[in-house]
Amino acid sequence: MANISFVREKSIPQLPPPISESNTIGWVRKNLFSNWLSTLLTILSLYFVYICLRDFIPWAYGGIWSAGSLRECLDTNPDVACFSVIGARWKQLLFGFYPSEEYWRPILTFILLFVSVTPIFSQRFAKYFWFSLIYPGIAIWLLWGGSIWPVCSIYLTFVFSGLGFYIAKNQFKLSSGMSLMVAIISLIVFYLFIANPFVALFGYILPINLVVVESSQFGGFLLSMIVGFSGIAASFPIGVLLALGRQSDLPLVKMICVGFIEFIRGVPLITLLFVASVLLNYFLPPGTSFDIIVRVIIMVTIFSAAYMAEVIRGGLAALPVGQHEASAALGLSYWQSQRLIIMPQALKISIPGIVNTFIGLFKDTTLVSIISLLDPVGLASLIRADQKWNGIYWELYVAIGLMFFVCCFGMSQYSQYLERKLKTDNS
Amino acid sequence: MSSGKLPVERFRLGMLLGDTRYRSTTVQVIAFIIFVAVVFWLVDNTVKNLALLGKDVDFSFLWMRAGYDINQRLIPYTNDSTHGRAALVGILNTLLVAFIGCIIATIIGVFVGILRLSKNWIVAKLMAVYIEGFRNIPVLLWIVMIFALLTEFTPAPKAFRGANPEASMIWFESTAITNRGTYFPSPIWGDGSIYLILTFLISLIAIFFFRRYAKALQEETGKGLPKFWISFGLLLIPSILIYFFLGAPVTLEYPYLKGFNFKDGIYIRNSLIALTLALSLYTSAFIGEIVRSGILAISKGQTEAASSLGLRPGRIMSLIILPQALRVIVPPMISNYLNLTKNSSLAIAVGYMDVRGTLGGITLNQTGRELEAMLLLMGFYLCVSLLVSAIINYFNRSFQIKGL
Repeated sequence: MANISFVREKSIPQLPPPISESNTIGWVRKNLFSNWLSTLLTILSLYFVYICLRDFIPWAYGGIWSAGSLRECLDTNPDVACFSVIGARWKQLLFGFYPSEEYWRPILTFILLFVSVTPIFSQRFAKYFWFSLIYPGIAIWLLWGGSIWPVCSIYLTFVFSGLGFYIAKNQFKLSSGMSLMVAIISLIVFYLFIANPFVALFGYILPINLVVVESSQFGGFLLSMIVGFSGIAASFPIGVLLALGRQSDLPLVKMICVGFIEFIRGVPLITLLFVASVLLNYFLPPGTSFDIIVRVIIMVTIFSAAYMAEVIRGGLAALPVGQHEASAALGLSYWQSQRLIIMPQALKISIPGIVNTFIGLFKDTTLVSIISLLDPVGLASLIRADQKWNGIYWELYVAIGLMFFVCCFGMSQYSQYLERKLKTDNS
Repeated sequence: MSSGKLPVERFRLGMLLGDTRYRSTTVQVIAFIIFVAVVFWLVDNTVKNLALLGKDVDFSFLWMRAGYDINQRLIPYTNDSTHGRAALVGILNTLLVAFIGCIIATIIGVFVGILRLSKNWIVAKLMAVYIEGFRNIPVLLWIVMIFALLTEFTPAPKAFRGANPEASMIWFESTAITNRGTYFPSPIWGDGSIYLILTFLISLIAIFFFRRYAKALQEETGKGLPKFWISFGLLLIPSILIYFFLGAPVTLEYPYLKGFNFKDGIYIRNSLIALTLALSLYTSAFIGEIVRSGILAISKGQTEAASSLGLRPGRIMSLIILPQALRVIVPPMISNYLNLTKNSSLAIAVGYMDVRGTLGGITLNQTGRELEAMLLLMGFYLCVSLLVSAIINYFNRSFQIKGL
């Protein structure tokens, strides 16, 4: 030890990183000009960005917001955007031909939508889940108007059949299958014999009515939202069932599900929408005709349910088989193990796919313009048919594109957030 | 309770649901009954409805005179042709858009996907903007936007006229972009051009054998030949020599302005260009993400192992990373091709006559045979999609990692 003449007792303070590594110049050199290829790409990109912004910024920034027609805009300054069309027609782009004194109804519906999805996404509010269940009824009543009692009677039908199930199971100690039978019978009984008198009676005693709005008056983003969100809400449970059916051990159930999924995924949505608009009446009992928006929602739901099923199947397939075996070993029944063990994990794996399907569905709502419903894209051509705005393209497209972008991009960012939040990092 | 006999279990009705031995059969029988009942209900309704309307199911309209014109066609067709032929024209038009669209989408998508992984910050961000922008805006909006771009911002044919025209043709006065469409020069196959084509084909075959030889040589001796440059030379030099030797048998016919419109050359309508471009740009955003995730799926250790073996970066990409990434990339890529094909049914938005425009559009409206026309239309799309599914399954089987 003696030949060690000097040992430093304290560590020397760390040197600051070299200047070329730490400051902006260092960052620029590392990320933009690291070699000749990177430099070339940087210059090309900057030039491209410059070209795009050079024309776009003056066009959009100097845009005219207060002209009466496209002619006026062009007379003022032909080189800038004529956003006056949005100023003049934004209500139509948002609500279609919904009566303007009733705008509070779609707005309230939209606000309540957020209230109703909160319990689904947030643990803290999970006890308010009942509101999510009654929300569809409220939304239908608010949007289409009319008496509140038909909607109530539908809910009462389910309450009644649930009550039937409960009583049969707990009071009369029947088996689950038999109780289910009782529930179905009570559902039919209520629907056939009690619902109509109930609606008539309460409509007489306590008339709560809103002005009826016809489906033909719906349009714009309101229509996209209605079709999109009802499709999303309805396709999810159907998709889960189809995925389970496709994974099932029962060959017949599996065959039906596979056939259905492959058929729906094999044809374009637009043909299904055409079926909704021209063919669906063939398949229903003679004389039935129902609302075109409902028909479109049904088709969109079926379409995205098939895609959803494939996404969820991917999640189910990714689960190790040990999970099934472990839950069986614990003595859980098929539905218990699906509900408690399999589905929570499978759904977590498939979140990105599910959200992608939702985004796809929301974008696909623009296709209804082809069967001449007035969604934003359909409205754009309608507005252009007006003499005042004949020949206007970009302002409308930019506005519509921006709205869709905000919705879809928001959803995809939320899914990434959800993915991070649910990540358990034990796999 | 030590009786030697097991209690004989008598069959009870409740066991159909309660006993796992019978339950699956019961459920399946119930499912089957419901399924048959629903199908029967639908068919019965259809038959009743058709009877009410006085219609029957009859496909003979396919052999009747169509009586309408189709402006974009790959096979001869006049308005005297049959509805069946109109449908065929539409099918070919759909396949044309799908084919070109898939090629362009793949090229752009691979490019965008790789560049998004670039270490260059601005390029990566630019590609992210491209991908998010195209993915989050409906494809229908892209189609009508690009169509508007092509028709509103391009000059009319008459702008090309006069001594001092407002617009001029590009690429050595060969191509005219107008608001009606784009006119390209068309090749004229003169005498002897058959030899030129033959030479070209022989070069292709020679390249194939050369590459095989080069690979075998490398496996055997480790010597690498400059594969790319030799293939490149083989591809072009013989054909160019023959071309001049025969005295330029193939000439180009340039489009020229006559009256208010261009004559000669190959004329491609704006509807086709807009549709193809919009579909391929939209799909390329998805393909870009697939390519990116495919490359990211290969662990970094592979790159490090390859470079520790002494491979150069280009070789690491082509020999180590890409072959493994392709296994991840190809199946979703093919399903995106399928999506592109299905999205091409939006052609109606720009008036391009694809199969939905002919068979599912004008033919359907003229003959009033909704049921038959929709069945045929869906059948066509189903065939395409089942074919593609079969290809994906084949690919998955043959490229699966063996022994896993």
